[in-house]
Amino acid sequence: MLRHEIEDFLFAEAALLDDWRLDDWLALLTDDVTYVVPATDARDADPSTALSIISDDAKRLRARAEQLLGKHAWAENPPSRTRRLITNVRIRRADTTTIEVTANFAVYRFRGDVAETFVGRYEYTLVRRADGLKIQVRKAILDLEALRPHGKLSIIL
Amino acid sequence: MKTPFIIDDRELGSFKVNRRVFTDPEILRQERVKIFDRTWIYAAHESELKAPGAFCARTVAGRPVIVVRGDDGKVRVFLNTCTHRGVPVCRTASGAAHTFRCPYHGWTFSNQGRLIGLPQADAYSDALNRDDLALASPPRVEIYRGFIFISFNPDIEPLVEYLKDAKDYLDLVCDQSEGGMEVIAGTHFYCTRANWKLVIENNIDLYHVATVHKRYFDYSISAGGDSNTLRRSGRGIDLHNGHAAVESTPPAGGRMVAYWGPPFPESMRSDIELRRRRIEERFGRERADQMTQYNRNLVLFPNLIINDAISVVIRSSFPISEDYVEITAWALAGADESAEDRRTRIDSFLTFLGPGGFGTPDDTELLESCQRAFANKEVAWSDISKGAKREHPRHDDELQIRAFWRRWNELMTVGE
Repeated sequence: MLRHEIEDFLFAEAALLDDWRLDDWLALLTDDVTYVVPATDARDADPSTALSIISDDAKRLRARAEQLLGKHAWAENPPSRTRRLITNVRIRRADTTTIEVTANFAVYRFRGDVAETFVGRYEYTLVRRADGLKIQVRKAILDLEALRPHGKLSIIL
Repeated sequence: MKTPFIIDDRELGSFKVNRRVFTDPEILRQERVKIFDRTWIYAAHESELKAPGAFCARTVAGRPVIVVRGDDGKVRVFLNTCTHRGVPVCRTASGAAHTFRCPYHGWTFSNQGRLIGLPQADAYSDALNRDDLALASPPRVEIYRGFIFISFNPDIEPLVEYLKDAKDYLDLVCDQSEGGMEVIAGTHFYCTRANWKLVIENNIDLYHVATVHKRYFDYSISAGGDSNTLRRSGRGIDLHNGHAAVESTPPAGGRMVAYWGPPFPESMRSDIELRRRRIEERFGRERADQMTQYNRNLVLFPNLIINDAISVVIRSSFPISEDYVEITAWALAGADESAEDRRTRIDSFLTFLGPGGFGTPDDTELLESCQRAFANKEVAWSDISKGAKREHPRHDDELQIRAFWRRWNELMTVGE
């Protein structure tokens, strides 16, 4: 069952992020991965013509993960606790090599006596490689109207 | 005697700010009256209102307002409240409309503010004066080169006078494109759980960048950036009336206006050279150097930030409480720039700026931790003395922060 396989993949990915195993998480990405969190007032916009909150290519996304494991990403040092709930997984298109998936998420973050929730929808493009499924496009579309009272997006959503 | 807000000892070269200005709700109450209701406050950029009827609705200095280009082409600002019973007549953040119809009793206003529709109008006596019932405006609305400001102080000096030397620094941004500058789609709506003045200070504080933003510089150097980027020269500038700036060079990360940097594609080099030559033709060598080779962070008193560095950002902020400030940020770009330039500009912006960048979240984190630690009332003063006795204070000194505070103190103690 394809959806079963995809759900297992997404749940395993979420566990890596929640456990801060970001090195292992990086191994799930293709070399041409993109990671986008659109602005809350331009959720359908093209990230090359509109300002997003995050629009990473592979290089910046790798640096983001590595920095989060280092000492100088003050916003995540000490690291926050997170818990990702992923539901409503839907296969939108699939062929032998490429699978387009949407899913709903609630990401809870706890740090410094503050609890916050990020709610939205993922859009993934996954590709089959010899060593398993890889993430080529990862888009987290927030339902929040503003990053308030969150103030920042310092974790990988 | 009341403890002063600041201690400004020029002879000694010592400048201190009493931390209660960040924690006392009564001081915020006074700031709303003595600062936010007395100064020019940025509301919107004209490029957000391209066609007649285009509007945006937002909260400015605590008031819900509508900024709208009327069918006659003129930009107006209205207080977003029905003159009948008070309901906001505009309920979406942006769009285009010929009329605003109140959802409560159906009173309808043109996009020029006139009351044009009134259900059961025949039930009213002659005492009803439609002119008096037009949408209200702030006492003053003025535009400088696309930047729309409002003021709730009817007696304030004209905007161009208010800007003092900051006008020239705005020009350095506005002149970057012959096709004009525009706000691009996609807005950063965020906040900081800290006093609003900490955000202002932080913006013109370059002393902190080597420690707070180490990860950004590590990334930018690993991406081919100049490892001398932290050994810049520059100055802090008092632009008067509380406006202040820092200016430094070389801009190792590149400047979209006309200074190639390693984060930019190699293919952009020749276009950038052409642009630089064109700017020199238009403004002369000296001005062109200033426009293209220097990064600038600017504060327009009290709460508008315009940073002209790796990208151009407009950032407006309003205090909600003494320890919480809402921030809205936009990217400003040459209206006629190529698709590649636009993509590069956005990329440059997002590397450092915004709530998901490699810079801003760490600023937010540290400002929020300052605010929490102010609970230690026993440590009553913050020090802003750096460079006070230097003949030419540098960009990483604090002259510019003192300039903000001196004006703030002047307005807060007026009449005392």
